[in-house]
Amino acid sequence: MRLKIPSNFRIIRVPCTGKVDIIHILRAFEKGADGVYVVGCMEGDCHYNEGNFRARKRVEQAAGILDKVGVGGERVQMFNLSSGEGPLFAQYSIEMDTKIKTLGPSPIRVAKQNKKNAA
Amino acid sequence: MIIAEKKPIEEIIDEVKDFDRILILGCNECVTVCEAGGKKEVEILASALRMYFINKGSEKKVDEKTLERQCDHEYLEELRSTIDDYDAIVSLACGVGVQFAAEKYLTTPLIPGVNTVCLGANEARGLWTERCQACGSCVLARTGGICPVSRCAKRVLNGPCGGSTNGKCEISKEVDCAWQLIIDRLKALDKMGDYEKVAPIKDWSTDRAGGPRTVTREDVKI
Repeated sequence: MRLKIPSNFRIIRVPCTGKVDIIHILRAFEKGADGVYVVGCMEGDCHYNEGNFRARKRVEQAAGILDKVGVGGERVQMFNLSSGEGPLFAQYSIEMDTKIKTLGPSPIRVAKQNKKNAA
Repeated sequence: MIIAEKKPIEEIIDEVKDFDRILILGCNECVTVCEAGGKKEVEILASALRMYFINKGSEKKVDEKTLERQCDHEYLEELRSTIDDYDAIVSLACGVGVQFAAEKYLTTPLIPGVNTVCLGANEARGLWTERCQACGSCVLARTGGICPVSRCAKRVLNGPCGGSTNGKCEISKEVDCAWQLIIDRLKALDKMGDYEKVAPIKDWSTDRAGGPRTVTREDVKI
């Protein structure tokens, strides 16, 4: 399809979004990620029945925690699409990229950078 | 098992903000099963605290450890060699674990990271309900296996009170009348004869009324 997608994100493959835990999302932010998005199958189409529903709940919980620690819950988002929807994946990637760029760098990354510069 | 629920992160942050070296200490028993204070919750809380303090520009060490149990000497001893590396411990164990750790390490402040709620069962995914109040003298044998002490708001022992309506308790439409459940079960067991037996006055001295309780077993002492 040769679709254009932003090159500034890293894809971490999991067998099912049900594998994604809150701590995985939090660790990404702790390590300096500006945003995280979880892309699961269509709701109701999960091969393991509930994997993507579990992921959605965990994304919500991670967002709640990020809000409380001052990183911002809007930096994490869940998307659903089917494996045949390449163009939609590209569209979601662009959407997320634009959103995060509008939000600016994560405060964690900024704080870490400041600390590094001060040292 | 003992049911606990996580304290809000804000409350924990407020308690630990003056300490620089913090250990988040989980417990592998009840609080792991009720998803309040196991290894996963330790990781999440530690990560959240680290991010909060990095964001605030303060340099704090937040470490993680989860013990097999916090209510036994041998497991708490695992901390002995490293306890002085920390200014405070946030324990995600139940109140028992927090206190036992506090008794063992006198000079390290222990901060509870969960609220211990009750002795209960995992009724459904994400739902834990009280089943026992540890009253110290069990009456389940004659109440069809349903506890009037923990499940009846008034803890009455001889049938329902006047507040029982359509099987629900007067305190809330969500709460089953324990005595309705008991009668239904006694009927199913064909043991309604038990219901007619008047329960003697319960000895509440084995409950909290008698002060803190202990169990001494000479047969297992060494």
